[in-house]
Amino acid sequence: MIDVSVQNLSKTYEEGSVRALTDISFEVEKGELFGIVGPDGAGKTTLFRILVTLLLADSGQATVNGSDVVKDYKDIRSKVGYMPGKFSLYQDLSVEENLNFFASIFGTTVEENYHLIKDIYVQLEPFKRRRAGNLSGGMKQKLALCCALIHRPEVLFLDEPTTGVDTVSRKEFWEMLKRLKAEGITILVSTPYMDEATLCERIALVQEGQIMSIDTPAGIIARYPDKLFAIKSDNMSGLLKDLRKHPQVTSAFSFGEYHHITMQEGLNPLEGSSQFLASIVHENVEMQAISPTVEDCFIQLMTNDRHQ
Amino acid sequence: MIDTNNIVISAEKLTKQFGNFTAVDQISFEVYQGEIFGFLGANGAGKTTAMRMLCGLSKPSAGVATVAGYDVYKEPEQIKRNIGYMSQKFSLYEDLTIKENIHFFGGIYGLNDQALREKSDSLIQQLGLVDHANTLVGSLPLGWKQKLAFSVAIIHQPSIVFLDEPTGGVDPITRRQFWDLIYEAADMGITIFVTTHYMDEAEYCNRISMMVDGKIAALDSPTALKQDFAAETMDDVFFQLARQAKRKSD
Repeated sequence: MIDVSVQNLSKTYEEGSVRALTDISFEVEKGELFGIVGPDGAGKTTLFRILVTLLLADSGQATVNGSDVVKDYKDIRSKVGYMPGKFSLYQDLSVEENLNFFASIFGTTVEENYHLIKDIYVQLEPFKRRRAGNLSGGMKQKLALCCALIHRPEVLFLDEPTTGVDTVSRKEFWEMLKRLKAEGITILVSTPYMDEATLCERIALVQEGQIMSIDTPAGIIARYPDKLFAIKSDNMSGLLKDLRKHPQVTSAFSFGEYHHITMQEGLNPLEGSSQFLASIVHENVEMQAISPTVEDCFIQLMTNDRHQ
Repeated sequence: MIDTNNIVISAEKLTKQFGNFTAVDQISFEVYQGEIFGFLGANGAGKTTAMRMLCGLSKPSAGVATVAGYDVYKEPEQIKRNIGYMSQKFSLYEDLTIKENIHFFGGIYGLNDQALREKSDSLIQQLGLVDHANTLVGSLPLGWKQKLAFSVAIIHQPSIVFLDEPTGGVDPITRRQFWDLIYEAADMGITIFVTTHYMDEAEYCNRISMMVDGKIAALDSPTALKQDFAAETMDDVFFQLARQAKRKSD
């Protein structure tokens, strides 16, 4: 069953001069964990705001849980949970007061759906009388998630929930999402972190208001058109410069400990007959064939776009 | 070019207490000229507090530190004048043009009119922004803003620049272009002190310190750290260390 359907959605700002979304279409299944992956300015927040009925699109249609985002906006508001990227709870209410407030607004009680937030809330409980404004970043994030969940939404929209959060807390957050998914809640989550893409069932890679690719992470990786190699040496910045100048190398990007490169079609630098490694005049060169990450795919799609 | 004889940051048992809470707990380390030094740690580990002390914005409770040759207790104003600083949150004035921003920050850092003109022209050229010199910064793509913010932060050729999560939210290509700029600055002898949540970027640093519960729990090159922790990636190292944290502010 389709739970979120987006068709040819476009949105501009400032009288059309800024294009936030251009002809976006996709569908999300009931109970799916769907990721919108892209940098700031890709249109992620605009998309979410349209879907939770806080913003009107210029053109196109969208439905959430069977309701139209324009005609049935009131229905949608009671059925979705929304965690904005910017902390939007009441800073001068305590943790407990915020949670009770959101529960009563949605006509429910904290007790009724406590099982949904229990794992998260136990970490907040020692601070339940503290004002939300005085919580640390990670705690604010957890409280915002509790408030977005307390009415057991059909669809949960999380706009960059892990931005600025360290890798340990990010891992915990994604564990939490998996448990919510097991409850049958449809989850749309946006993130600028490419490594989080693999934690979603399907992802849309977005850039400058357009979807570049949409598939399972494995599907996106399988569609990477080139053979990819990782290479390193004792002088990584010098190596990168040399690789970019090398006539056989078609792309070279740093990826932590290694540089990832693609070669001209048909060339395999690891074959015995290849002169490639001999042409790289560096100390302690190591090279191997690798399978791409989602970030490699993102870069490839971006550069593809630029050439067109 | 790292010059280990030239110490740009020296901290000795540097400590900051807020009431009963020891945010930074006797950290000691040195950073050399031209080095790219990664300052990592989980949220709440004390990174921001430590950085504020090193930038002359917060007085330590105990310990000794000098930055760019100036004492953090006695010469905080000298420090502010002689360092560069850029964070993801505050960088440029959105309602000023590119040129105006460069002039404003150059002026603040005491560049004279002629130096300002020269700097501003060469900078705009370097960044490929000649056609946009009179464009309001607010309307620029984030990637451009970030590159401009970095260039402005080193306009007075400081001996060290502090970068607080400079690449948050930018696309993967721009993120790498930003690191090209960092390498160039380091090659010119500017010391880079950088925090990041991207573990691949940790690999680009010459040395890394990892803060846990207000202390520096590890400090070495990425290669040595991975060896010490028998870890495949920096992400692993970070995970092993951050898990030891007892402080639960997050």
